[in-house]
Amino acid sequence: MSEWEHRITAGFIPLLDSVLLVVAKEKGFAAVEGIDLTLVREISWANIRDRLAVGHFQVAHMLGPMPIACNLGLTPLAARTIVPMALGLGGNAVTVSNALWERMQAAGAKPDLEPRNVGAALKTVIATRGKGSLLRFAVVHAYSGHNYELRYWLAACGIDPERDIEIVIVPPPLMADALGTGSIDGYCVGEPWNTAAVLAGSGRIVTVKAAIWRSSPEKVLGVEERWAIASPEALSALLRALYYAAEWCAEAGNRDELSALMANPAYLAKSPEWTIPALSGHLQLGGGDMQKVEDFFVPRAKAATFPWKSHALWFYTQMVRWGQIEHTAMNAGLARDTYRPDLYRAALKPLGAALPAANAKVEGALKTATAVGSTDASLVLGPDGFFDGAIFDPDRIDAYIAGQKDRLNSA
Amino acid sequence: MVHKSLAILVIDENRIRASIIEAGLHDAGHEAVTVINDVSGIARRIAEIEPDVIVIDLENPNRDMLENMFQLSRAVKRPIAMFVDRSDQASIEAAVDAGVSAYVVDGLKKERVKPILDMAISRFNAFSRMARELEEARSELENRKLIERAKGILMKSRGLSEDAAYALLRKTAMNQNRKIAEIAQSLVTAAGLLGPGDGS
Repeated sequence: MSEWEHRITAGFIPLLDSVLLVVAKEKGFAAVEGIDLTLVREISWANIRDRLAVGHFQVAHMLGPMPIACNLGLTPLAARTIVPMALGLGGNAVTVSNALWERMQAAGAKPDLEPRNVGAALKTVIATRGKGSLLRFAVVHAYSGHNYELRYWLAACGIDPERDIEIVIVPPPLMADALGTGSIDGYCVGEPWNTAAVLAGSGRIVTVKAAIWRSSPEKVLGVEERWAIASPEALSALLRALYYAAEWCAEAGNRDELSALMANPAYLAKSPEWTIPALSGHLQLGGGDMQKVEDFFVPRAKAATFPWKSHALWFYTQMVRWGQIEHTAMNAGLARDTYRPDLYRAALKPLGAALPAANAKVEGALKTATAVGSTDASLVLGPDGFFDGAIFDPDRIDAYIAGQKDRLNSA
Repeated sequence: MVHKSLAILVIDENRIRASIIEAGLHDAGHEAVTVINDVSGIARRIAEIEPDVIVIDLENPNRDMLENMFQLSRAVKRPIAMFVDRSDQASIEAAVDAGVSAYVVDGLKKERVKPILDMAISRFNAFSRMARELEEARSELENRKLIERAKGILMKSRGLSEDAAYALLRKTAMNQNRKIAEIAQSLVTAAGLLGPGDGS
């Protein structure tokens, strides 16, 4: 037995999209790269952040906006954190209580996951309730894709997330229960915690992240910057292991084994019944309704692990939009610099990986799957549209931020 | 110089640990200490208590919810911001190692807060040590029971004396570089599978 070249401890939260880290360890991709990879399951994103800051973890499964929030000084404790890789695209859904679904149906909602129609029905329900008792929706974290996509969807449907409903924070494993007891009316969370409510009979999936913004960013690999600088070889080795893990996860033939891996008590601890819907894209919506969702969760295709600077900047524009940070050139720069496609390229180019030619793209521009110029291998991107047809040009963030301000006011 | 007593809120689902922290704070002369074991309805409690310092265990799954609430000025009149002192890396590490986190009201002098955090850290560590010792005592007892049963199986199936049965277990453990309790566990399990006998 040879000595390990690298020892890395990674924190993760029990969610389906921690799967790349789990597969890197369990299928031996980390070991092949000489990494003794230890995975530590955590109970809150705050713990992930704190333990990264004090060096218990070198890397972690993180919400895409979290490292940006850390570097902008928005969190109680933080190390400088960088994102050299994303951990897939999509994977979230919006679930509502059975009681709310009944009212939405009466207002014209159909079990088709179509954000505009479902949103219009929700707006009608809210209008008939009046402002006395606000519907309460939960997300997992203030600095999360869930918070931003839920708000984006609501605002684009003419529902002001600040005034027309209440948004609270609930940990993912408690969402379905909170819905069942009536303490919340709906939520936006990653899988399997939407399917959890469907299986429990306490809720209905009404729309999905992939429909609100196709091929959109979600979890990332957060890396403590000092460690990344001190251990470039270990980091490259980990990125290679995760790249091969993503390839393995993308094989439909591995789906059953993957579900079985995640069912391990050390990881998700939920049976394949909970994970297969998200992995196959065949969602059970509740009440026997089923829907096939294209690109529900994308572990590898469409450069799913590439840390686009345009993704970082979109998250930043939403932080500004909802009053979490003031927009300045310096803050925008901090957000942009948090995502590090240069490190991704340096680690994966030698493998012949399909790399995009640019570090940022105009989000929402691709209406269909499109082959793009890339190094050494063919790469298909998109579609990556927002459901309302908007375009996010990372070179024109001032205009985007200004435009969103207007849209909310007119709503 | 006399300060107004600090209002301290301890959030811990573990009631025993929470009362140990509370006792420590009282011993240190802090009178305005509130303990909450359950976070439901916590926004209202925080508005009533107006804590200067909040101590919370890291096992609580609701830290993300609490931090979000601290940042919303609607929920708390005074911003509850940062970890005790972001520049004090040693204290932060000691706290996270001990499994405790603390939030303080903006502008509170760190000399006033540090003793509270230090006390919480030492009590958390003492509690963990106690829990570990209890767990060790429990598993020690379990191991002894296992070894007794394994000896019984050997005595019955191989006609050995009690001393000889123990010697055989010990020798096997040494040869395989494992603990006697592990060998005993395997033996008991095997006997249970192969039965009939004393495996059940």
